[in-house]
Amino acid sequence: MTTETAAPTEAAPARQSMRDALKENLRQYGLVLALLIIMVFFQVMTSGILFLPVNLTNVVLQNSYIIVMALGMLLVIVAGHIDLSVGSVAGFVGAVAAVLMVDYGLNPLLAAIVCIAVGGVIGGAQGYFIAYMKIPSFIVTLAGMLVFKGLLLALLGGRSVGPFPTEFQMLSAGFIPDVIGRWTIVAPALNASGTAIPNTGIVLHSTTMLIGVLIVLGMFYAATRSRRAQESHGHETEPFGLFAIKNAIMAAIIMFLMYKFASYRGLPNVLIVMGILTALFVFITKRMTFGRRIFAMGGNIKAAALSGIKTERLTFYVFVIMGMLAALAGLIYAARLNQATPKAGAGMELDVIAAVFVGGASAMGGVGEVAGAVIGAFIMGVMNNGMGIMGINIDWQQVIKGLVLLGAVAFDLYNKKKA
Amino acid sequence: MAAGRRTLAPQISGLAMAKTILEMRGITKTFPGVKALQDVNLDVREGEIHAIVGENGAGKSTLMKVLSGVYPYGSYEGEIHFAGQECRFNGIHDSERVGIVIIHQELALVPLLSITENLFLGNEQAKFGVIDWHSARSRAKKLLARVGLNENPDTLITNIGVGKQQLVEIAKALSKEVRLLILDEPTASLSEKDSHALLDLLLEFKRQGMTAILISHKLNEVKKVADRVTVIRDGRTIETMDRDDVSEDRIITSMVGRTMEDRYPTRTPKIGETIFEVKDWVVHHPLHPDRQIIKGINLSVRKGEVVGIAGLMGAGRTEFAMSVFGRSYGTKVSGEVLVHGKPADTTTVEKAVAAGLAYATEDRKTYGLNLIDHIKHNVTIANLSGVSSRAGVIDDMGELKVAKDFRKRTNIRSSSVYQVTGNLSGGNQQKVVLSKWLFSDPDVLILDEPTRGIDVGAKYEIYTIINKLADEGKGILVISSEMPELLGICDRIYVLNEGRIVGELAGHEASQEKIMRAIVRGEEKAAS
Repeated sequence: MTTETAAPTEAAPARQSMRDALKENLRQYGLVLALLIIMVFFQVMTSGILFLPVNLTNVVLQNSYIIVMALGMLLVIVAGHIDLSVGSVAGFVGAVAAVLMVDYGLNPLLAAIVCIAVGGVIGGAQGYFIAYMKIPSFIVTLAGMLVFKGLLLALLGGRSVGPFPTEFQMLSAGFIPDVIGRWTIVAPALNASGTAIPNTGIVLHSTTMLIGVLIVLGMFYAATRSRRAQESHGHETEPFGLFAIKNAIMAAIIMFLMYKFASYRGLPNVLIVMGILTALFVFITKRMTFGRRIFAMGGNIKAAALSGIKTERLTFYVFVIMGMLAALAGLIYAARLNQATPKAGAGMELDVIAAVFVGGASAMGGVGEVAGAVIGAFIMGVMNNGMGIMGINIDWQQVIKGLVLLGAVAFDLYNKKKA
Repeated sequence: MAAGRRTLAPQISGLAMAKTILEMRGITKTFPGVKALQDVNLDVREGEIHAIVGENGAGKSTLMKVLSGVYPYGSYEGEIHFAGQECRFNGIHDSERVGIVIIHQELALVPLLSITENLFLGNEQAKFGVIDWHSARSRAKKLLARVGLNENPDTLITNIGVGKQQLVEIAKALSKEVRLLILDEPTASLSEKDSHALLDLLLEFKRQGMTAILISHKLNEVKKVADRVTVIRDGRTIETMDRDDVSEDRIITSMVGRTMEDRYPTRTPKIGETIFEVKDWVVHHPLHPDRQIIKGINLSVRKGEVVGIAGLMGAGRTEFAMSVFGRSYGTKVSGEVLVHGKPADTTTVEKAVAAGLAYATEDRKTYGLNLIDHIKHNVTIANLSGVSSRAGVIDDMGELKVAKDFRKRTNIRSSSVYQVTGNLSGGNQQKVVLSKWLFSDPDVLILDEPTRGIDVGAKYEIYTIINKLADEGKGILVISSEMPELLGICDRIYVLNEGRIVGELAGHEASQEKIMRAIVRGEEKAAS
C-alpha cells in the first residue's frame, strides 16, 4: 500500500479537479446526506408529521442531553478510551440538582454551577484512575456506572424529587424571547370562538429568523475568508462552482430549519446551549493544540509521549470535561422531566456511544469528528422519533437501531478500506 | 560455488562418515526494494553443531525463516533438501513435521501459562479436544529432566528467569521429535553462567546424536561448540570453515570484509565547542530494578560533529538514548546531562525538548509516527507551540506552510502533505520523523538507527540531511548497527557493549576490525 508520486513541486495556486473535490466532499458530507435521507424517509412514512415545527422542536429537546454528552464522548473515544458511566453520572447529578434546589431551595444558577463542578470532580476521579493508575477506562467507568447508579438511588431514597423552580425548567422547556415581535405573513384562520387554529397561516418568530440569517452570513464570511487565505498561500482550493453550491445548500438547510422553528415557538434555549457547545468543541478539536494532542495520543500514544505530550494529564482532562458535560446533560434531562427520578440516565451511555460511532469515530482511537458525533446523535434521534410516530413497537425499534449502528460502522470501514 | 567444493573437503579431513542432512541451494529472498538473501548455500551434516555468524542484518534470521517455512515455498528461489528429500514448506507446521524446529531470538512463551501448558501449546496432549493433564504433566517432567531444568511443571513462565525460559523453549522443541534444532542467538539475553549451561546442554544433545544450527555473533561461543562455521555477509554465504580453521581473526575479516563503496556523501567537518555531555549515566531495567542496563556512561558531542555509537544488539544503545531523552526508558536513572556546558533537566520529554534535545526513534512505526494521521500533523506534533498562539489556537495556514517546507527540505515523496504516513515507504516515513524533530529546532539530535529498513537511495538522502545539520552547527549522535554506516558518516565513534563504553575511535582511524575487537575484548573482560 505504498503510494508515492513525484518529488514535491511548488505549484501556483491550484484548483482541485471537480471529481476529486466532489469525492472529498461526499466523504465529508456523507453523514449529512444520510441524515437528510433518513429524515425524508420518515417524513414520507409519517405522512408529513416529522417536519411539523412542533415535532422538529421535539426532536431537538429529546436528544439535547445525548448530544451534549456525545461531545465529551467524542474526545474520550478519540483519546482511545470509553466512558460507560455517563448515564449514571447524569442521573446522579440531576438528583443532586433536585436535592439542592427543591429540598434546600438553593438558587438555580448557583445549584447548576455546583452540579457541573460535581460532574468535573467525578470525571477527574475516574480520570485519575485511568490516566495515572493505568486501569483500563472500561473497568473504571463500569465501576463508576454502578457506583453512581447506586448513589442516585441512595440520594433519592426511591422517591422522585420535583418540581423544579420555573427558571430552571426554562433550560429545557424554554424558548428564546422574541425581542422583535411576531412577524405575521399569512394570518391564521380563526375558529368560531375567534382563536387561531393551529397549523394554519404563517406567523414567524422573527428573532429566530434573524439569528438564522446571521448564522448564514457568518458561515459565508468564514468560508470565503478561509478560501481567500488558502489562495493567498498558494494552496489548492475546490472549484468555485462547487464551493458556491455547497454553501448555498447548507444555507438553504439552515434557513429551512430556522423557518420551521420560527413558525412554532422559536429556538429552544437548549438548542442555543447545544449550538454554542458544538461550535466550541469543533474549534477545540480542529484548531487548538489541546484537541490536536488528543488525536495524536489516540493515534499512537507511545509516539505522542515521545513527542513531549503529557499523555497522562491530557487523559485526565478529557475525563474531567466528560464529567462536566455529563453533569450538564443531567441538568437538561432533569429540567425536561421537571423532576429527578431514580431511573434517570439509565442506559443513556449506550445511546451516546452509539451516536459517536455512527458519526464515524474509530473504536481504536485517533479518528472522529465533533460534527459527525452530533449528526450521529441526530440520526439515532430522528429514527427514534420517526419510528415512535409510526407506532413501531419499542422492541423492533431496538432491533432496527442496533442494525443501523452496525451497518453504519461497517459501511464506514468498507469505505476506508477502499480509499 | 565455493561452498560446493567445501562439502568435499571433510572427506579428506576424516569426518567422512557424517552425511549431509540439510542442503540449501541457491536461496534468494527478495523483499520490496531489498535483496535479503542472494544465492545462499548451506550444508549441515548429521550430528554436527553448525554455527552461522554474521553482522546484524546480514541475513541469518531470514535464512532460518526460509528454512522453517515462515516464508513459504514460492516466496523465495532455490531448493531445500532435508534428509534426502526436497522440501516445500508452506508454514512452520510443515517444517516441524519433518523434524526441523526453530527457537527464535524472542521467546515465544505465554508468560501467564504454566510450563506444562507452554510446552504443549498448539500440540496439546489431547483426545477429541479434551486435554489429558496427567499425561501432559508426566511428559513435561521427562522433558524438563532432559534439559536439566528442575522446576515444577505447574510453575508459571513469568515466575522463572530468562535462562530457564530458554530451557523451556528447548524442552518444547524436544517434545516435537526434533531432528534439526535451530537456535537463533539463544544466549542474547542470558547471563554468562546461563549461557555456559545452555552451550553444555547443546554439546550433550550432540553426543546423543542431534543436529543443531546455532546462530550467534558471540565468537567465543562459536569456538566452544561449533564443528563448522558458515559466515554470511550482505545476504551471501562468504565461506564455511572447519573447526580447526576457525580463528577470531578469520571470522572477523570474513564478517566485515566488504569494500567501502561510494555510499556516503563527503563532508568537511567544522567542529566547534562541546555542546552535549553525559556524565556517569546509570540506568536500571524498568521491570527488574536490580539489573543495571547502563553502567556509567560518559560521552560528549561537539558542535558540528557527527558522533556514532556502535555496538551489537542488546548493548544498551537505545536504552541509553531513551533514558537520556526524558527518562523514556528505565528506572533509577542517575547521572548528569550538560547542554552548552550547563546542567540540563531532561527528566521529562517536554523538558528534554526544551533543553534542546531531540530523539528520532529506531522504531518509527511504534514510537515515531501517528500512522493514521497525515504528514502535516505528524511534522508539527513535537512543537505545536511553534505554529500556535499563546492561547493554544493553531495557525492553520502557518502549519501548512511548515509542513510544505519540510516536505520539500527533506524531499518527502508523497502526493501532498495530507498523505497518511502509514502509506509512505520506510524511507519517507523516516524523513517525516526527521522533519518532526527538525521543526522542534534542537541543538543535539540523537538518531537511533536512522536508516533501518530503508533502501540505499533513501539512505543516501538521510546521510545528506545529517551532514547538512552538522554543517548548520548541530551536534549529532547516531546509533547504528551497521558499522560501515558509522564509519562512513561519523567523525568519532563510541563502542558500547553491555552497558559500558569499551572504546572510542576517531573517525579516520576507526575500522570495522577495531570496533569488533573492542566489542570482543569487552566481552572477554566481562566474562573473566
